[in-house]
Amino acid sequence: MIARLLAGAALAALAVGSAQAQQGKISGDVVKIGVLNDRSGLYADLGGEGSAVAVRMAVEEVGGKILGKPIEVVSADHQNKPDIGSNLSREWIDRDGVDVIVDVPNSGVALAVQEVTREKKTIFLMQGPATSRLTGDACSPTGFHWAYDTRALAVGTGQAIVKEGGKSWFFLTADYAFGHQLETDTAAQVKKAGGTVVGAVRAPLNTADFSSFLLQAQSSGAQVIGLANAGGDTITSIKQASEFGLTQSGQQKLAGLLIFLSDVHALGLQVAQDLVLTTGFYWDMDDEKRAWSEKFKAKTGKMPTMVQAGSYSSVKHYLKAIEAAGTDDGPTVAAKMKEMPVNDMFAKNGKILPNGRMVHDMYLARVKKPSESKGPWDYYEIIRTIPGDEAFATMAESGCKLPG
Amino acid sequence: MSTIFGIPPQALFGQLLLGLINGSFYALLSLGLAVIFGMLNVINFAHGALYMLGAFVAWLLLTTAGIGYWWALLLAPLVVGAFGVVLEKTLLSRLYKLDHLYGLLLTFGLALIVEGAFRHFYGVSGQPYPIPDLLRGGQNLGFMFLPNYRGWVVVASLVVCLATWYAIERTKLGAYLRAATENPVLVQAFGINVPLMITATYGFGVALAGLAGVLAAPIYQVSPLMGSNLIIVVFAVVVIGGMGSILGAVLTGYGLGLLEGLTKVFYPEASNIVVFVIMAVVLLIKPAGLFGRER
Repeated sequence: MIARLLAGAALAALAVGSAQAQQGKISGDVVKIGVLNDRSGLYADLGGEGSAVAVRMAVEEVGGKILGKPIEVVSADHQNKPDIGSNLSREWIDRDGVDVIVDVPNSGVALAVQEVTREKKTIFLMQGPATSRLTGDACSPTGFHWAYDTRALAVGTGQAIVKEGGKSWFFLTADYAFGHQLETDTAAQVKKAGGTVVGAVRAPLNTADFSSFLLQAQSSGAQVIGLANAGGDTITSIKQASEFGLTQSGQQKLAGLLIFLSDVHALGLQVAQDLVLTTGFYWDMDDEKRAWSEKFKAKTGKMPTMVQAGSYSSVKHYLKAIEAAGTDDGPTVAAKMKEMPVNDMFAKNGKILPNGRMVHDMYLARVKKPSESKGPWDYYEIIRTIPGDEAFATMAESGCKLPG
Repeated sequence: MSTIFGIPPQALFGQLLLGLINGSFYALLSLGLAVIFGMLNVINFAHGALYMLGAFVAWLLLTTAGIGYWWALLLAPLVVGAFGVVLEKTLLSRLYKLDHLYGLLLTFGLALIVEGAFRHFYGVSGQPYPIPDLLRGGQNLGFMFLPNYRGWVVVASLVVCLATWYAIERTKLGAYLRAATENPVLVQAFGINVPLMITATYGFGVALAGLAGVLAAPIYQVSPLMGSNLIIVVFAVVVIGGMGSILGAVLTGYGLGLLEGLTKVFYPEASNIVVFVIMAVVLLIKPAGLFGRER
């Protein structure tokens, strides 16, 4: 790591010297991709090293070189702390010559990094964070939101459950930027579909025991308990809801608003069965996705989450845009990325709005029962394809002030 | 319906009971810490990692050897205790002549290594551990649904805490132990093997952590992070109760569990810091903790 940093610093110093001569080409004679995410905490399994592996796969596919210059991948742990995240990205950009930052789960950290990349005109490819504010009031000309967002989750899971008859909702919300936004977006969709929200409780991030909050949700009498949390928090709350018999009574239904494949794997189908969820990617949908996912599994031992698959897709698109633009200059590449449709194993005819939102089809899935599953990782049954235009907000709806 | 501070009394009872359940874990863990600190003067930062290790031993016994919960309840603490004995013999015993700080640093380092190793092999999402068949289901208490397993946790932890307190405060062995804490040289002069006693105490203290780990396995995910999530709170519990005070650690453990439960009802956002606020206040008023003695 230290050696890398030193090497990066030396490269950056070189870059300063030769920046004038190199304009319009590859800065520092290397395209440096920084994967910044939670590598040790409750979100490490949904992104973590897996996202870095996915990015390296994208780099390998283009032969490790672009416009004749090498591509380098570095990674770091932001520990779910916005200050660490923004400091690291500043260091990366200023000192190490990092050209693009990828992943950054935890909306709180992503909002902080978005400010840094906006100021530095650096491309930011967001996979892990959920909040729709990243392409709304906090949008940036060089920020791209790829795999999913809170609005798409709300449209998918929220509307589907109201249609099934779950009219009254109580939210169990992770108490930070992401949870609040997911609750707000879902409440809006629930009300639009004719449902009501009877209450909410805000639980601190990384809570070990949710039983108290679950009991409050139970006594609210709501038909649906919406879990506006993620990763380890979702796993714990679903497990404990089952322990306290919340769902067995048939009176109440759990709605996991953000569930990753890694969560289902950790919970086991016995506990997770019949959960309805919205996802941007599932490995077992077509040959192309299966082939890529098997390759990923060979490297990591796990099937990819939508965050990891999205990391691959966005870097692939980014590299294509550099090729087309003939430079790695942030704003130029960003403009190019928005011109080109996204076509790869992750998305078909995906389009990027001026606010950086990559619009692609989302999928409503149901977790299989243990008897329906053919083996490990055979977890989802896709029950509906949600067209991208329905899942994501339009430019006008988003509240983003960028021209477009 | 009548209410207490805007909360129906039934809901309040439920929350208090849940607080008691969480308090059981605090009590078991802080008890082990208090025993170790009382005897060895070591602030055992590896306690959370050993708690996690207990849960993982139970999980490994089940998945690799098919050995179920009840045997794990016996075997996992033994394995963790044995691991503790090795740690004490090979590493900790070299530090007794030095400042507390060295023991703290050593055990903190060990915790990071153990957790890092498990994280590398098992990821952070954790492994599911089923509730034993005998304790499945639950009781409808009228004001809440109490899963049988949670009830069992409260009973088991109360029994262990009381037995430990009795053994240390009311038996001859306990008397030796307390005497050796006061003045090891004199006790050794009476022909008692003090180093052996120290090793056994450390082994017992961490076995308690291992036991708590097995008890926790069916409730939480068996995850490498489960110890570090809990250990800071448990340290606050020990500080509030008074370093080295056994009864203090147990009572404070249950008490703070209850208080945290109440916070989750009245102001949930603060539920993860309330223990530390109390710690700060207690340290201002009684620096030795509620049950501690000034040395």
